[in-house]
Amino acid sequence: MNESRTAKASPRAATKAARQPAKGSAATPGAEAAEPGQLVEFYRRMVLIRKFELTADQMYKRAKIGGYCHLNLGEEASVVGLMDALRPTDYLFTNYRDHGYALMRGMDTGKVMAELFGKTTGVSKGRGGSMHMFDTEKRMLGGYGIVGGQIPPATGAALALTYRGAAGPDAEAVMCQMGDGTTNIGAFHESLNLAAVWSLPIVYVVINNRLGMGTTVEKAAGEPELYKRGSSYRIPGVRADGGDVLAVREAATEALDQARTQRQPALLELMSYRLRGHSVVDPARYRSAADLETAQEADPVPALRAQLIADGTLDEKQAAAIETQVEDQVAAAVAFADASPDSTPDQLFDYAYATPVPNAPTALPGERMVVLP
Amino acid sequence: MPEVIMPRLSDTMEEGILGRWLKHEGDPVKAGDVIGEIETDKATMDLEAFDDGVLERLLVAEGATVAIGQPVAFIGDGTGSGPDSDQDAGSEAGAGSGKKTDDGAASSVDVEAQDAEASAEVGAPSSGGPSAGEDAPADGDAHADTDAHGLDGGRVFASPLARKMAVERGLDPADIKGTGPGGRVVRADVLAAGEHASGEDTSGEHAAAASRDGKAPSSSSKSVPAPASAPAAQQDSLEIPLTQMRKVVAKRLTESAAVPHFFLTAVVQMDALLEFRAGINKRFADSGVKASVTDLLVRACAVALRAHPVVNSSWAGDKIYQHRHVNVGLAVAVPDGLIVPVVRDADRKGLAEIATEARDLAGKAREGTLSLQEFSGGTFTVSNLGMFGIDNFTAIINPPEAAILAVGAAADEPVVRDGELTTRKVLKLTLTVDHRVLDGATAAAFLQDLKQILEDPMRIVL
Amino acid sequence: MSADADKTTLVTYRQALNDAIRSEMNRDEKVILLGEEIGIFEGSYKITAGLLKEFGPERVRDTPIAEEGFVGAAIGAAMLGMRPVVEIMTLNFSLIAIDQIVNHAAKIYGMFGGQQSVPMVIRMPGGGGQQLAATHSQNLEVWYAHVPGLKVVAPSTPADAKALLLAAIRDDDPVIFLENLALYNTKGEVPAGDEPAEIGRAAVVKDGTDLTVISYSRATTIAVEVARQMAEEGISVEVVDLRSLRPLDRSTICASVRKTGRAVVLEDDWLSYGIGAEISATLMEGAFDYLDAPVRRVAAAEVPLPYAKPLERRALPDAGDLRRVILELLDDTSFES
Repeated sequence: MNESRTAKASPRAATKAARQPAKGSAATPGAEAAEPGQLVEFYRRMVLIRKFELTADQMYKRAKIGGYCHLNLGEEASVVGLMDALRPTDYLFTNYRDHGYALMRGMDTGKVMAELFGKTTGVSKGRGGSMHMFDTEKRMLGGYGIVGGQIPPATGAALALTYRGAAGPDAEAVMCQMGDGTTNIGAFHESLNLAAVWSLPIVYVVINNRLGMGTTVEKAAGEPELYKRGSSYRIPGVRADGGDVLAVREAATEALDQARTQRQPALLELMSYRLRGHSVVDPARYRSAADLETAQEADPVPALRAQLIADGTLDEKQAAAIETQVEDQVAAAVAFADASPDSTPDQLFDYAYATPVPNAPTALPGERMVVLP
Repeated sequence: MPEVIMPRLSDTMEEGILGRWLKHEGDPVKAGDVIGEIETDKATMDLEAFDDGVLERLLVAEGATVAIGQPVAFIGDGTGSGPDSDQDAGSEAGAGSGKKTDDGAASSVDVEAQDAEASAEVGAPSSGGPSAGEDAPADGDAHADTDAHGLDGGRVFASPLARKMAVERGLDPADIKGTGPGGRVVRADVLAAGEHASGEDTSGEHAAAASRDGKAPSSSSKSVPAPASAPAAQQDSLEIPLTQMRKVVAKRLTESAAVPHFFLTAVVQMDALLEFRAGINKRFADSGVKASVTDLLVRACAVALRAHPVVNSSWAGDKIYQHRHVNVGLAVAVPDGLIVPVVRDADRKGLAEIATEARDLAGKAREGTLSLQEFSGGTFTVSNLGMFGIDNFTAIINPPEAAILAVGAAADEPVVRDGELTTRKVLKLTLTVDHRVLDGATAAAFLQDLKQILEDPMRIVL
Repeated sequence: MSADADKTTLVTYRQALNDAIRSEMNRDEKVILLGEEIGIFEGSYKITAGLLKEFGPERVRDTPIAEEGFVGAAIGAAMLGMRPVVEIMTLNFSLIAIDQIVNHAAKIYGMFGGQQSVPMVIRMPGGGGQQLAATHSQNLEVWYAHVPGLKVVAPSTPADAKALLLAAIRDDDPVIFLENLALYNTKGEVPAGDEPAEIGRAAVVKDGTDLTVISYSRATTIAVEVARQMAEEGISVEVVDLRSLRPLDRSTICASVRKTGRAVVLEDDWLSYGIGAEISATLMEGAFDYLDAPVRRVAAAEVPLPYAKPLERRALPDAGDLRRVILELLDDTSFES
């Protein structure tokens, strides 16, 4: 663990953590910790998220996508690092800013786009939309739209794992992602408490993009160093640079390992920036020019590109090729989503209940509930 | 346009007979003017106009029975925008009731409240029926022509079940007397009507067939002759239609039959009372007040009731009301039946006052001009048939009162007095008692006290 | 098993619940219990008595006082294949967990396109009448019965308590299992064995011809008692026990009222927007032409339930209220026995 990029808070390490608050802004990629090829792959993934989200923004504006639409723009390094640390056997719960997680969990780009388009081919069959990416196979058990709503179920998933087998290096674990604002809600605290008293294999990840919609962390949180908020529950906290894909991966891997091997829950705070508004319809006028400039300077995607070119891992042409390939992939996703069939009203009650039940209502608006024989 | 409706004029009134029109179509009327007479179950009452204007239409003929709240006339501004004379409800009502005339036109009255569509029916009065509204031309002019509609009767309230059953049985809910809230026709009424109609010919089937077509029975179906299969015995009898009075008497006394009765009889020595009566009548001869034995009985009962408040009670199903006021009713024979005007607070009125009031009430009763106030609210009844030479009888309780006193004629009874055989006047009183309210000993104590009061008449004036 | 089913034993509603839970815990090791004080304390109302000793602290798990947390945790555990049975000490406290119940448990199956069911049961007692005052005496079943994605059952008898709980635990959907404080000590014959009931079906628990009373949970016991009394007076009252509030067995309700022509709904809940309102609307659709009078509702007075006994007693519907309304309805339809 490179402590220059992380801070820790734990019952045992609290003082240490307090001495070493991390500055997340310095995107100093930990290239030394990864194979060059792996970093190129991380770059490709980050570009995929970037292109996907920019396209989603555009598709939203072209009314292909409805409802709310929250983008991972600026958080690509966090998403990629976290998802690389998470094993296929682990479980993921996220909030509504979930497109990048779905892609990195291995969901098909076209099916994720189709979900945004509300098509039957979407990962949630068009029932969920932007905030509700879900894939049982990929063990991403949902993006959730209610702030904090995902935390108790994620905690319960970790509880279920304790019935599956003993702790150990191959044990499964749960990651529960959330935003900074979520650490103020009751469900967060109730869940951390349960995880602590029950010793659950779960890592809570706070993407601290410094804004809960328009409210700064400082205005909203009594303890704005959010990784310390686990201290009440003796849950160790770690703060890492969310703009550094390797730092994120490393912090997440370590936290997950503790969860697997010791059933020690952890709280990981990733310092990051939101490049755009809260959602695609938010112009973020509440942000100062300086703040935006800082965010753009910290943008992890061009930063990693520049670094890879600087250290000779990639040349301009190779970088451009990656970008073109990703653009094609996203364009194909849009084409797939566009071509996918819309849901039809006869499918409305398809997922009413998992166990069929007599007298389940199936009346459309204006139809009679009781049909006279 | 203001309707004149059949008013509610007594506590037990459900319908009334339009006895006589005192104004004619075209007459100007002012609010408060008496425009006709209504024969209720209790009396003949005035029908007053509630609005100023011109009496444009009389909707029911004299003699028609009309349910409370149903229109009997219309008062307009004199321009004749009232109901079309083709929709002559009056002639129809003359043959039956106001309710009957909306036969098949239920839907026209349905929409009456929203007024517009129904006007279309004026041009097509025979279409009637549930489909009339839909048949109406949609253009607004048709509505503007006239606003007359549905004047031949009020909306028929019937429960959905009753409507369905009526259709199945070929009955028109409008012909069925409703006994539910607000006169709603309910299942029981249809069943009762069905039993009643079961002996009739096919006119009902006409109606059923017509209803299935979604159309009202045609007017011809109403002209089907009366049942030919009436029992022979009835053919030799004179059919006397029930008057409202008769109906009420029958209904009330049938109710009374359900009361568990017992009877107590006492013999009162009348010499002292008759002497007392002669004395006071002589003394007050100039004032014109003359107390009858009945007046003395009313007063004596009032005094006894005050002393025995439990007798001054009524049965209310799940409770008993013991009344604070002693209101003694006096059964009065009238040409068509019986009515019981009430002397209110008789225990607080002097004999002269009672005598005056009783005479006044009896006169009004015979004239049929008693007000509701004057024949309701009784707590005890006295029925005297002595004037008919009846020695002794039992009366039937006037529900919900707890008791009624039957008074026979004063009769001579042999008696040995000072060693000589002579006669004295005695009167037999029979008290009929509702055993649900009063027990034997309680009622006996009352009757005993009453007897003592009558035999010691000074107590009457105390 | 069929031999067992023929045998019945007289047990309390409480014991019937305990038997059902024990039976399912023996049958399926995925069944776990979560709730406040359900282990060492054996449950506030002793429904889980003996189970900690029998199944150990991992399967009978005492939780902190954190309804949102442990109800949500049960959802997550269910998503990973467990079959949690959650006890919320009283229905009133479920409001703390309502986000998890309504926004999560009820939504996950449908919102994610049928990929993941949430096989869990939330058991909780409601009801007033124990002088627990306004916040501890509520019947908010209609809050849950309103929500698609949930199944809501409210058994009135020990037999149904057992059979419906067996069904609820085996069901793959979140089931809100409503108990009532006043029912726990009631006794009834309960079949041996572990035959589940079918969720979504009402039952005619007393046949009658003159009038139908529709009710559920504790109210059904009142309805049955009143029906029994009135039978002696020559009035034949049919009682429909809803058993399941979602789905609602509308056809059974309508069939009964089509037969009798008269309907009274008895509910422990507040009147406005209540179960009675839904049933009235159902009867408008399914029995309009068979109604001889408007549907009557007997429900709780619309006040926060007071502590004071005379006030509490008057606010809750009782047999006298039901009886009075039945008689009024019979009068309104000129009933002759």
